[in-house]
Amino acid sequence: MQPAFHVEDLTVAYQQNAVLWDIDLDVPFGVLAGIIGPNGAGKTTLIKAALNLVKPLTGSVLFAGKPYRAMHKRIAYVPQKGSVDWDFPTTVQDVVMMGRYGHIGWVKRPNAEDWRRALEALEQVDMLPFRHRQIAELSGGQQQRVFLARALIQEADLYFMDEPFQGVDVKTEQALVELLKSLKASGKTVIVVHHDLNTVRKYFDWVTMLNKKVIAHGPVDTVFTDANIRRTYLSDSLLSVERD
Amino acid sequence: MNVEILAVAIMTGLATSLLGVFLVLRRMAMMTDAISHTILLGIVLAFMWVGSLTSPVLLVGATLMGVMTAYGVEVLYKSHRIKEDAAIGVVFTFLFSLSVLIITLQFRNVHLDIDMVLLGKIEFTIFERWRFLGFDFGPRAFFVMGFAWLISLVFIAVFFKELKITSFDPALASVLGISPVLFHYALMTLVSLTAVAAFNAVGAILVIALMIGPPITALLVTRTLVKTLVVAQLIALFNAFTGYLLGSLLDLTISGTMATVTLLTFLVVMVCAPEKGLLGQTFRRQRQRQMLAIATLIRHIANHENTPEAADELDIENTASHLQWSRTFYRKRLEKAMAQHYLTVENKQLTLTEIGRHYIRQFDDDARLAERRDNT
Repeated sequence: MQPAFHVEDLTVAYQQNAVLWDIDLDVPFGVLAGIIGPNGAGKTTLIKAALNLVKPLTGSVLFAGKPYRAMHKRIAYVPQKGSVDWDFPTTVQDVVMMGRYGHIGWVKRPNAEDWRRALEALEQVDMLPFRHRQIAELSGGQQQRVFLARALIQEADLYFMDEPFQGVDVKTEQALVELLKSLKASGKTVIVVHHDLNTVRKYFDWVTMLNKKVIAHGPVDTVFTDANIRRTYLSDSLLSVERD
Repeated sequence: MNVEILAVAIMTGLATSLLGVFLVLRRMAMMTDAISHTILLGIVLAFMWVGSLTSPVLLVGATLMGVMTAYGVEVLYKSHRIKEDAAIGVVFTFLFSLSVLIITLQFRNVHLDIDMVLLGKIEFTIFERWRFLGFDFGPRAFFVMGFAWLISLVFIAVFFKELKITSFDPALASVLGISPVLFHYALMTLVSLTAVAAFNAVGAILVIALMIGPPITALLVTRTLVKTLVVAQLIALFNAFTGYLLGSLLDLTISGTMATVTLLTFLVVMVCAPEKGLLGQTFRRQRQRQMLAIATLIRHIANHENTPEAADELDIENTASHLQWSRTFYRKRLEKAMAQHYLTVENKQLTLTEIGRHYIRQFDDDARLAERRDNT
């Protein structure tokens, strides 16, 4: 069986600086996978390259064995919260509805079914009472819930989330994790950029440890070891030794 | 009062401010300023080619030049050698000075008023008429502006959803198969077209005020994109009307008074807007402070009643110094609290009423609720 997410020989560079070196990696179907690594390790870039938002130098990315173009409707993306302007004149339910724009198609307006799904997604993240609020009036945790609801109504099979727990209180983080686990339970594959090493074992069953190259990847139980953590987080010096 | 000039002014305001909403939301105000200058080069080059100032080729040529400006800026900053604002600064001044050079070299005998290029001359637009089948329909500028307005309106109505998502979250738009680049250039084309259409009326400099002013004003009072668009149109209408009246009353250049009124409207709304305005915010903050003070007073009584020090702490004369309030501030809060029947004074002692006890319980519950809401 093809892996849900397959990356081969991926190299990405901004100008002269390589951000990702020769990445090879597989994520199987139905796992909750974490991408971890220090700042500047290329975690966000990996997702962006996979979703065609950044042009790689070399390499290929396949989703269930097919290229991005053929699969993009099956893929949902939750960007970092800070990547949008939260003062934008729009309401909570409008932002969630944006997740369905791909399904609705060009020019057409959302129909009753689209609205039903949007409200259902808001209910799932416990934000239904806030649906008419302007997004500027939300707290950080609420913003993240809205982003998640927006991803939910894309009805994807594969979810990419960039730091969904950033700037979020403990209670919201627990609620979001439960939601991600229920996505996994319903057969979806969820790939999350994450930076808190303490929660890796608790949240994920698959992990990719990244620092410009793939240091290790596989099931959390076998891969998330002290030795690998050290290699991932102290590898700036290690890498140069290896290069020599 | 000349209705035709007013009509041109209003149509110019409507057309420019409609697109302006998206320019503001996409942080492209300065790009617009660049385009409104470089279209002059397009006009000059097209004029050299066709030799007429009224040919539609001028409109097309100038629009193309506007789009090329946007492209040139993008190429420069995508090279990562300079930042976007610097790229805008160097591209538009180059193209604008090129057009001034050509004008001085090639058309020495043509009188080209620099004021006219920079500020426009809305008063003169009524001398160029639109005649068709022998009928005089009115000033040509009105119809050119109306055409630009209509195209923008249809474009926004048809691609509303796409414009919204590419403005708010281009990365998600791209993942969903809605190209942000496509809409960037579609928008740049319309901005160029509108800037060319407005060139005669308001020139190269002032068009930015008309594009940006009504949207930033509208954003102070609206919460959704549709409302922002509608309110921006209404404000543009008001600005054009007031600007025209002021200009003709004081015998000033109308494009200048329109731009001035645009800023004044913004300032007034910024101060007075009910929720996001400065006055409203200050007023709300002050009211909150006063309510908190009353709650503090009630809590002070609740904490000290029936304690040994109650006689001293709750003495009507001493309470102000215990709370470290000025006497005037204390008196006002005390009067307010008594007017609301939160407390009474018996033998110079502050005493809580049932209403007061209920109020403080309610206050605590509300605070707990608010805290819980902020945590989720």
